[in-house]
Amino acid sequence: MTTQNSGLHAVAAAEPAEQAELDRAGQEHFDRIIAEDSRIEPRDWMPAAYRRTLVRQISQHAHSEIIGMQPEGNWISRAPSLKRKAILMAKVQDEAGHGLYLYSAAETLGTPRSELNQQLLDGRAKYSSIFNYPARTWADMGAIGWLVDGAAIANQVPLCRASYGPYGRAMVRICKEESFHQRQGWEILHELSHGTPAQKQMAQDAVNRFYGPSLQMFGPPDDDSPNSKQSMAWNIKRFSNDELRQRFVDMIVEQAAALDLTLPDPDLKWNEERGHYDYGPLDWDEFKAVVGGRGPCNLQRMQRRRQAHEDGAWVREAAAAYARRTAPERAPAELIGA
Amino acid sequence: MSENHENTVRPIGAASDEWPLWEVFVRSSRGLSHVHAGSLHAPDATMAVRNARDLYTRRNEGTSVWVVPSEAVTASDPDAKGAYFESAQGKSYRHATYYTKSEGVKHL
Repeated sequence: MTTQNSGLHAVAAAEPAEQAELDRAGQEHFDRIIAEDSRIEPRDWMPAAYRRTLVRQISQHAHSEIIGMQPEGNWISRAPSLKRKAILMAKVQDEAGHGLYLYSAAETLGTPRSELNQQLLDGRAKYSSIFNYPARTWADMGAIGWLVDGAAIANQVPLCRASYGPYGRAMVRICKEESFHQRQGWEILHELSHGTPAQKQMAQDAVNRFYGPSLQMFGPPDDDSPNSKQSMAWNIKRFSNDELRQRFVDMIVEQAAALDLTLPDPDLKWNEERGHYDYGPLDWDEFKAVVGGRGPCNLQRMQRRRQAHEDGAWVREAAAAYARRTAPERAPAELIGA
Repeated sequence: MSENHENTVRPIGAASDEWPLWEVFVRSSRGLSHVHAGSLHAPDATMAVRNARDLYTRRNEGTSVWVVPSEAVTASDPDAKGAYFESAQGKSYRHATYYTKSEGVKHL
């Protein structure tokens, strides 16, 4: 690798002789930063496992945003009004933006964008299993906004304080934009639930289908989530999966009542003693099947992603060719194209 | 700073078929400085500005955007840690609060 002077990004290892001393001092510095609940920045020393964990988590999150464009993108042409089309387009554009914020945060850890992209295209990387469910009706756009984006927000707000600086900063931007997503979804359901009986039924069906999967977005129960403990020790994760899931359930019960819709869980009831709502067991076998690639839409989502990447090849090539041809007039492009 | 420590591990330029990386700075309103917003890939400066507009200013976040090739940024040595910036410590006379005789005197 040629010498680069980039000041903002990950640094490579030093001479082997110095390495042990650098690692010792680095670990000490890292531990102090974490103990102070301060932030680690890209050029700081960090444990290899911390770097690996973050690359995996941030890129999976980015992939989820990119794949997440599909269920909603499919509905743009069928949205019931010009206003709804405009809203949906803005939302899908936001999802793309969220993916890009996160990819650039992941890149600061030293894994190039092309590699992250390739991991997704090859099926080596995971993305949120929720996007492997089909969006069957217009009401699903409402349920996805309210429940799926709502669960995402509950998950993501604490990530704004993640110990890795670029990740936290990306999450701050994302959380600001997600609240529009959740509200517009809730409003779609509200309009349907206050419409004709058939429309109300459509809204209820959508909620029935997305309730369980959205609660599973918080990940497996705490006693079956082996990586959580380390992530919490590193201040990446601030609350356990079950804590966040409980917080979400407590919020949506009232929101469902305001929609005049029900949540499909016979065990859902207020527990005075705990000060929380109790909820019924979730189907973790189904969750594992969908994560393992056997969900209703896994194949379709991946095919669509690969197709979009291939269909865009000529655009990428043309833009690169144009940049090369005009480079002499464009000093910065010439500099970095060298 | 030592060159070994400054090697970036990101591929830039012809070594990969990836578009180069740009750092994006956004001025949120007149009278304020441009502030680093994030980075993006683009084939050239013109496209980098357009992409930055689409990516970082979808909600009136900016009145002006700068893009800078990432590899053109030179930074202080990360291993210097505090030492590099400690020269200001012990120089409390650089701060107005060092001068206390004027306490109670107005507009000073």
